[in-house]
Amino acid sequence: MNAVSDRSKDIGPFIPAADDDMIICRCEEITKGEIRKAVHDGMWTLTELRRYLRAGMGLCQGQTCLKMVKEIMARELGVSPNELESATSRAPMRPTEMKIMGKEEGR
Amino acid sequence: MNNKADVVIVGGGIIGCATAYYLTKRGKSVIVLEVSDNIGNGGSSRNGGGVRQSGRDPRELPLAMYGIKNLWPTLSEELESDCEYHKEGNLRLGKTEKHMQILQGLTDRAVACGLDVKMIKAKEVKEINPYLSDEVIGASWCPTDGHANPMKTTLAFYRKARMQGAHFITGEKVKTLKKVKGRLKKVVTSANVYEADYVLVAAGYDSRDILATVGIDIPMHKELMECLVTEAEPHMFNQMLGTAEADFYGHQSNHGSFVFGGSSGLELDNSDAGTTNAPGSSSITASCICRGIMKYFPDLQDAKIVRTWAGYIDICKDGVPVLGFVDEVPGLVVACAFTGHGFGIAPAVGEQLAMLIIDGKTTVDISKLRYDRFKAKI
Repeated sequence: MNAVSDRSKDIGPFIPAADDDMIICRCEEITKGEIRKAVHDGMWTLTELRRYLRAGMGLCQGQTCLKMVKEIMARELGVSPNELESATSRAPMRPTEMKIMGKEEGR
Repeated sequence: MNNKADVVIVGGGIIGCATAYYLTKRGKSVIVLEVSDNIGNGGSSRNGGGVRQSGRDPRELPLAMYGIKNLWPTLSEELESDCEYHKEGNLRLGKTEKHMQILQGLTDRAVACGLDVKMIKAKEVKEINPYLSDEVIGASWCPTDGHANPMKTTLAFYRKARMQGAHFITGEKVKTLKKVKGRLKKVVTSANVYEADYVLVAAGYDSRDILATVGIDIPMHKELMECLVTEAEPHMFNQMLGTAEADFYGHQSNHGSFVFGGSSGLELDNSDAGTTNAPGSSSITASCICRGIMKYFPDLQDAKIVRTWAGYIDICKDGVPVLGFVDEVPGLVVACAFTGHGFGIAPAVGEQLAMLIIDGKTTVDISKLRYDRFKAKI
């Protein structure tokens, strides 16, 4: 994105919806309603939302729910999903045991 | 929008967000300018979550003790957002006689400052944390230390400050500070000019370039520090942990995951994979932290790492932050060079800086952290 973003811009009130209980992030069991509420709490980027709610921070690291989270956030903010930058993917590629990650030649 | 406010804060990290919260709580108008797209994108969301007094320099210890006594216990309630604060002690572990000497030195200095910290033997360490390796022969123990969730705490301050009317702008890069008739008045960004009676610069290492535009230079450098997090594990312990040799530090979060931080020891001279505001993990550090952890917690060898990340620490030449007014530039308040100790003292720093700006004085003595302490060697 990297555009100047005024966090006081009015995005309207949070309006409860019938499907707010739907689980979107399966690893961390975060619902659609929680994601929508977080946007109204000021979490306007995927990175902030991850840090605030843990959505996409579980075992799959968002590989399953990222697109859905992005779409829900974009709708709440009134922007296109393409305008929201994806959150950063980080090592390791798959969850890795400490004994394997810590193993190097001769140690 | 209105580009004028009582206070413009440069830096949307936990220091900027906390100060914005305490200022707006007392009725001041505040604009916060954050260079990245995300609030709390520097050390605020990349640290290990320690809320400690032990191991602190006597000059900053009063702030740490004040925050833990007066602000942290009720912070989640005040911000209406769970900061996951635990005040259940800090163990700094030792395995050799040399380790114990290091710990004794740290303990003696903290006791001299009036902190409740003591040396304990292996048996007592095991009673506090039964999961530790039998190789641990002792530890320093500070029962009033603890940890919290740095990401949630930073965003909780942001959320509440925003609700109180603080105006946050992200993606806004500050180019220069400008004086008008001898007093700092304007903050110029790529696209806008902001005006305020006071300007707080709390932008981590980036504060350096910004302060240079009004002739101020704080002696500091930046250093990479890395963290990792495991999948959720059954609950084991609530203490904050560290070691005499700083092999690693960390805690188990409410979520069940373990968050551990550490370094490879080569950071200062190795090439840095990161870019501005996006520090990169090195390929050797997470493995190194894992080896450090397994030496103390053999049971964690099967815990899966799900994520690693890195952050920059703004390390001050003399190891403590630079806080407060700067005589050379009336209207300027600085809060940077936190040297990796920023998170735990952030609520106290925010509250005291709001006091400094509104009342002209603080209730906690921060005079030893002033900018004018730096002198040439002769």
